[in-house]
Amino acid sequence: MNTKTTLKCFDEMRTDDDQVRDIYQIYTHWMSQLAEGTLERKSAEAELLFRRLGITFAVYGETAGAERLIPFDIVPRIFGAKEWQRLQMGIKQRVRALNAFLHDIYHDQEIIKAGIISARQVLDNELYCKAMQGIDLPNQVYAHIAGIDLVRVAENDFYVLEDNLRTPSGVSYMLENRNTMMRLFPELFANHLVEPVEHYPQMLFDTLREAAPTNVAAPTIVVMTPGAYNSAYFEHAFLASQMGVELVEGQDLFVHKQKVYMYTTEGPQQVHVIYRRVDDDFLDPMAFRPDSALGVPGLMDAYCSGNVSLANGVGTGVADDKSTYLYVPEMIRFYLGEAPLLSNVPTWRLSESDDLKYVLAHLPELVVKEVQGSGGYGMLVGPTSSKEEIDTYKQRILAEPDNFIAQPTLALSTCPTMVESGVAPRHVDLRPFVLSGKEIRLVPGGLTRVALREGSLVVNSSQGGGTKDTWVLED
Amino acid sequence: MLARTADNLFWMARHIERAENTARVLDVAHRSALLPLDIEGAEAYLWYAPLNITGCAASYEVKYGLARADSVTHYMALDPDNPGSIYSCLKLARENARAVRGAITSEMWEVINATWLELNRMTWNMDVEKLPDFFEWVKDRSHMFRGVTLGTILKDIALSFIKLGTFLERADNTARILDVKYHILLPSVNDVGGAADYYQWGSVLRSVSAFEAYRKIYRDVISPLRVAELLILRDDMPRSLHACMNEVEAALIDINGSSGREARRLAGEQHAAIHFGLIEDVFSQGLHEYLTEFLAHTALLGREIRDAYMSRRNHFEPTTVTMRRTALQMQ
Repeated sequence: MNTKTTLKCFDEMRTDDDQVRDIYQIYTHWMSQLAEGTLERKSAEAELLFRRLGITFAVYGETAGAERLIPFDIVPRIFGAKEWQRLQMGIKQRVRALNAFLHDIYHDQEIIKAGIISARQVLDNELYCKAMQGIDLPNQVYAHIAGIDLVRVAENDFYVLEDNLRTPSGVSYMLENRNTMMRLFPELFANHLVEPVEHYPQMLFDTLREAAPTNVAAPTIVVMTPGAYNSAYFEHAFLASQMGVELVEGQDLFVHKQKVYMYTTEGPQQVHVIYRRVDDDFLDPMAFRPDSALGVPGLMDAYCSGNVSLANGVGTGVADDKSTYLYVPEMIRFYLGEAPLLSNVPTWRLSESDDLKYVLAHLPELVVKEVQGSGGYGMLVGPTSSKEEIDTYKQRILAEPDNFIAQPTLALSTCPTMVESGVAPRHVDLRPFVLSGKEIRLVPGGLTRVALREGSLVVNSSQGGGTKDTWVLED
Repeated sequence: MLARTADNLFWMARHIERAENTARVLDVAHRSALLPLDIEGAEAYLWYAPLNITGCAASYEVKYGLARADSVTHYMALDPDNPGSIYSCLKLARENARAVRGAITSEMWEVINATWLELNRMTWNMDVEKLPDFFEWVKDRSHMFRGVTLGTILKDIALSFIKLGTFLERADNTARILDVKYHILLPSVNDVGGAADYYQWGSVLRSVSAFEAYRKIYRDVISPLRVAELLILRDDMPRSLHACMNEVEAALIDINGSSGREARRLAGEQHAAIHFGLIEDVFSQGLHEYLTEFLAHTALLGREIRDAYMSRRNHFEPTTVTMRRTALQMQ
């Protein structure tokens, strides 16, 4: 089985003629001065820190590893101020358009009337939530917290891999990675002017406050988690404590006369904004899945009455669906009248027979994904898969072609990474976290995920990926 | 504060305190075992005491039968099947802490989490000579947790619920430890006031770190009356029932608020009784009877605290509340 890609890809640290790029100069100089074994030692120290702090995540389908550490790589990924500035504009533009799209499809549906996207694509989508039609949300924001996954293929070429508009996770790693780096290498931060990210929780809090129902002056905000056994529980608890708000589960809330309350030691207290890390389906057993024990009966009713805000809003999934993804550049032109600053990855829709025929003939070169999948589960990476794996996957595609899209295997950029054999290039992506309230905010950088296996292109933590601290250098 | 958060904080603290007290009880049992006891079945006789104090004699017998030094120690220290073992307590403390990560400081979490990780690295078949170190370690971790808590947490009701858990549990344990003399009868009446008697009361004092305090206060031979006075009525003795009830009542007053009137009343009543109590009255009632009553009262208070602050009920439906009140009164 061929496990390595032989793709030519962009090296974040070195130019084609093997020169260290400017932004990495100070870092590589520092690294060259280190005594033998320092990086290895610091790496072990970092792991100890993470374990003691209990920064863990759970991997579904793994009974033994109820709590696993997400591997942290101590070599930072660095952006220059100018390239970040460009990237940031593209990210904000994209999120603005996505929120405009969501508002439109739950109201006048101008984009459908204009023939840009079909009614079938939007209204027949399983993730389109009819109950949201005509509901007005504060600031017309649906996706208050968005994670935009980007990959770099050349110096100035970034592709958006996918938009995460439901409950994107990973921001706690961004914050703890920085925290750990500053603990391990204080001298590095003395030599570099790295843009801070520590104020993310405050920005999130401001965003949530702006999301409150319009007539509430001092809203009560909570973070809602599915519980301590959820894979991202650490993050839910972390964000709640960083913002100084309660971390609630469904069992802590109840609805009375279309208002949401939490059970407190002082009796019921009304809640105005819920940063929920629970999927739509599990929010309210009366409106969605009746078998769900995670939710709050009557929550949807309270939400539609405007007495409580949910972040993210209900029904955002229709916009981050992998088949809707194709239309995002059109959305940007349609709603903002601007040319898209970030490109989409060329994508084949297997619901189209021509696309299907091409993809089936080229499976070993392509990446195939489920339209509604996430977290790197259930995808096929052609170039690193065996013939058997490809054949098995082919059967799945043929059974339900509408369920899949395909993309060319992208040459993800590489960044130097600590691995067993020393420091070696590994493929990375980037997930910036975008906050939308009265304005759009994001901290410089985001979460860099790295595929730790040599040649692997799958960076998801659930698939054995790790993370890096991401630096944006000040000018 | 969320009712569930109060619940988790309360139990986090209770389990840490319980782990410490179990370590104290076992430590004393091991010290007592060093004293020659010349009667038939001495081992079983001695080792039922810690089981009785912690109320797990019945479940122990199902698993092991007769009380033996090694199996009782294992059962109470490291057995995951025993919900009251040190192992289970530290596990439950961590689970409760994990559920309220946001309500405790990261330093507190680090202590609880590191304790749990360290416990899991320990060997499961501990040598006898290593036991004292292990008990010391459990006590140290508990001290550290309390120190870190007081040194880092905001003085708000989260701390009050932690204190409630700690001191209710400690009151419960001190009462049980003091009652040990009821469980370990002296071999014969002639031994009252003898070496074995002296040694046993000395162990009771040591187990609650009160031996030195006793010497300092009374400068005299160890007498049951004074041991009881020290551990029940003296409020300057940090593990005495009086000191614990001071803390419990103060925590309830700090929490204050619209809920919990009945809990405050019960705590006030129990506190007043101990504050104005006379040791002669305790003994004329009978020490064991007095302690049994105290334990029942503490349990009732614990239930009332849970009902008042930690239950999840819809306060907009007064009928259920009334029904619960009535049910309580009938108890």
